[in-house]
Amino acid sequence: MALRAVGYGLPLAVLMAWVLARCRFPGRSVLNALVHLPLVLPPVVTGWLLLILFGVRGPVGALLYDWFGVRLVFTTAGAALACGVMVFPVMVRSVRLSLEAADPGLEQAARTLGAGRIDRFFNVTLPLASPGVLVGAIVAYATALGEFGAVITFAANIPGQTQTLPLAIYAALQAPGGESRAAELSLVAFALALVGLLAGEWASRRLNAWFGR
Amino acid sequence: MSFSVDLRHRFPGFALDVAFDVPSPGVTVLFGPSGAGKSTVIAAVAGLLAATDCRIAVGDAVLANTGAGIWLPPERRRVGLVFQDARLFPHMSVTGNLMFGFRRTAARRIGFDEVVDLLGIRPLLARRPHTLSGGERQRVAIGRALLAQPRLLLMDEPLASLDAALKAEILPYLARLKATLDLPVLYVTHSLDEMLQLADSVVLLEAGAVRAAGPVTEIAARADLPLAAREDAAAVLSCTVAAHEPARQLTRLAWGPATLWVAQADLPIGSAVRLRIPAREVILARTDVGAFAGALSLHNVLPGTVKGIAGHPARRAALVEVAVGGASLLSRVTPDAVARLGLAPGAPVAALIKSMSIEILDGAPLRAR
Repeated sequence: MALRAVGYGLPLAVLMAWVLARCRFPGRSVLNALVHLPLVLPPVVTGWLLLILFGVRGPVGALLYDWFGVRLVFTTAGAALACGVMVFPVMVRSVRLSLEAADPGLEQAARTLGAGRIDRFFNVTLPLASPGVLVGAIVAYATALGEFGAVITFAANIPGQTQTLPLAIYAALQAPGGESRAAELSLVAFALALVGLLAGEWASRRLNAWFGR
Repeated sequence: MSFSVDLRHRFPGFALDVAFDVPSPGVTVLFGPSGAGKSTVIAAVAGLLAATDCRIAVGDAVLANTGAGIWLPPERRRVGLVFQDARLFPHMSVTGNLMFGFRRTAARRIGFDEVVDLLGIRPLLARRPHTLSGGERQRVAIGRALLAQPRLLLMDEPLASLDAALKAEILPYLARLKATLDLPVLYVTHSLDEMLQLADSVVLLEAGAVRAAGPVTEIAARADLPLAAREDAAAVLSCTVAAHEPARQLTRLAWGPATLWVAQADLPIGSAVRLRIPAREVILARTDVGAFAGALSLHNVLPGTVKGIAGHPARRAALVEVAVGGASLLSRVTPDAVARLGLAPGAPVAALIKSMSIEILDGAPLRAR
């Protein structure tokens, strides 16, 4: 689920980061604010907004259900969507920072060597920003595992389907005698978070060394 | 095929208005102080800067003509650009960098092996850019630009960020390149030394306008240009090796109708050489000095006429351009000498040059226009 959230979200995040980092257009700051909204908004509110939009009777959800028979609410896919939306700003931020740090002079060099816009993006800009993309993906994955508010609001808490770690911990705490189970799960969450952060750091350091930075 | 630029561009507080032709093949040096607009010209020719009003053509290919609404983007100009800071792609090996432009063009005029050998970068192919020295990086950057099969090569102060030793290491490669490639090169620098070594022709920029343009042999020796006022002012001569005299340890050079003697040089007879004669080393004399030549240690007494004189009050010096045959020498003397010898444009004069003062610039013969 978290994998799907990151897998689908990452290309979009890279695109969004590129738009925010490189394009100048009216409404850029509004778009920027919108992207970062899930970071600031109470997650429950985000989940509720998703429910309104993607619910079976919501404007987008109804279309998806009628045309493709896809139901997002209370499904694993829905949980992935909720996680994806929540971690989207994390990815955009990380990718954007590394895009802005990439030397535009190298893109100019690529242009004089005959590389067009898309060619340049995939062969110069993106590889240069790869440390940020990787860190963004890893941190986003770890964050998605721990998503709570938006998931429980939009996709509920169905064990094995839409249950994220904190949801499981919460459920365990609600059940009588579940403290030890909660402690175990918390430990797992702790380990995952730590491993995620360290792995991200390590990977970006390796990549930067590879570039001689 | 030649390359022509006609360019007007306005920045806040700075206007650029230049027009010049570059003969091809050959190296044209765009010379001028910082802020003269050299890099702006390069950026506009490469297409990285959209000039307000410009016409740029290489041979029959029009790269830009704002009047006719033509503006090719850089990726479609096939103009090679070597940046001052090399700008190699850090995520690729040297080979990856070299192949970047090569893979993106169908033309195959310049081969991979040819470039690699010309620039001596074969041992570097597997290395990564950040492990290279500044000079190696610049050589790879030149190779990368050449392999993109450009119809024109731009070099924006390619040696400016290198120290003197590295410069000396790269200059011979540039000279070889120049001798081998059939390509117009526009070379930006503010180093007189690089200009004298590499240029066939020169475009002198000053405050956004062309101050003078022409063959380097002509421009370097002109008394009225700021170049002549520099401490290291010098004339550049294009000669051919006429004969060696091993017994006297001398080499005789033919300079148009005149003859120059230099310390014996290991150059094949008939080869073209480029000489530098510093202005401060040229002595002027009345023409009847020839009678005493046998009593002097120097070998070169060249009769000519004064072409122009410019004062240099700050240095308490006068700069005298002397026409010898069809070419020119530059001499820096005292204003007193000018008065004593009665030098004025048109006056006959002899230029006296010690053989030891003549420097043969290695390996970069001039191309005739």
